Amino acid sequence: MSYRRDTILWIAQRASAAVLALCVAVHLATIIYAVQNGLTAAEILGRTRGNAAWFAFYSLFVLAVTVHAPIGLRAVLAEWLGWRGRSRDLCLLVFSAMLAWLGMRGVQGVFL
Amino acid sequence: MKVFVKRGDSYQEFEVPRQPSQTVLDVVTYIQRHLDPTLAYRYACRVGMCGSCAMMVNDVPRWTCRTHVDKVAKGDRITIGPLRNLPVIRDLVTDMREFFDKWARAKGEFHGAQTKKDDFAKVPPQSPERVLVDKGIECIGCGVCYAACDVVKWNPDYLGPAALNRAWTLVKDARDNQTLARLRAVSGDAGCHACHSHVSCTERCPKHLSPTAAIAGLKREVAKAVLQGDL
Repeated sequence: MSYRRDTILWIAQRASAAVLALCVAVHLATIIYAVQNGLTAAEILGRTRGNAAWFAFYSLFVLAVTVHAPIGLRAVLAEWLGWRGRSRDLCLLVFSAMLAWLGMRGVQGVFL
Repeated sequence: MKVFVKRGDSYQEFEVPRQPSQTVLDVVTYIQRHLDPTLAYRYACRVGMCGSCAMMVNDVPRWTCRTHVDKVAKGDRITIGPLRNLPVIRDLVTDMREFFDKWARAKGEFHGAQTKKDDFAKVPPQSPERVLVDKGIECIGCGVCYAACDVVKWNPDYLGPAALNRAWTLVKDARDNQTLARLRAVSGDAGCHACHSHVSCTERCPKHLSPTAAIAGLKREVAKAVLQGDL
């Protein structure tokens, strides 16, 4: 039933792209706003740590990346390297888990 | 003018006189009739109706009968080759079987539920569905979009813009009753989901159709069917 799996992956990629469009815009706007008054890293961490709303926002950001990037890479591997099938999908699952781990590690460092 | 014609793995150079209103097909015909009768190429109508004379002209797929030399010659040079993404039979002639087999794989034939005993189906020409169909039905199967498509190059199983465009016109045809089977046929790695919306097919289509829009429509219809549990 590759048509069903591929369709669900396509929907997941489009949905995660929509989330990312919002997250990237908010992320960039926040960076530009935050550095304007010459904040130090320590001052930024002072404001972000313990903030549940930003923790939730960046956790969503990381989740969207872990969904979006491996699906895109799946097509790149098929088209450029001719790599299809189970081995590719298992490798991409590992890649996705790595993105989640690294991303959440960053989020924990800044917001917890 | 210097004309470089792809023959096998190399290009052969010919000197062809420029004429007013000369088409690329005129150039190829001149070469075969006056310079090298062994040159193989394909054409029929010469007026943009049959879709058999498409070739790569300066690496762009075009109908040679409707392409004026004045518009495409770079200086006094022109390069002509067989359509990309298709096996070459000889010189400028490609084997179109795979291209048309994919129309069949995309369930490109009409399946109606009515018999000759039924009255004519009434399809209002201005109905939204019929308007979408009308935008896609003028395809004459020339293969230009197929040669322009990078996804076909990367994924030889990909059905391609023309077959998917055909499927879309049937999905939106109120008289056809094979929609779900067709949506299954056009989904997945070799179907509409492989399209990256590069828009090369739409850019090059000599009939100014938009297979890109048709493929996007198929993606939406398939998504809807999967989410509703029909597929």
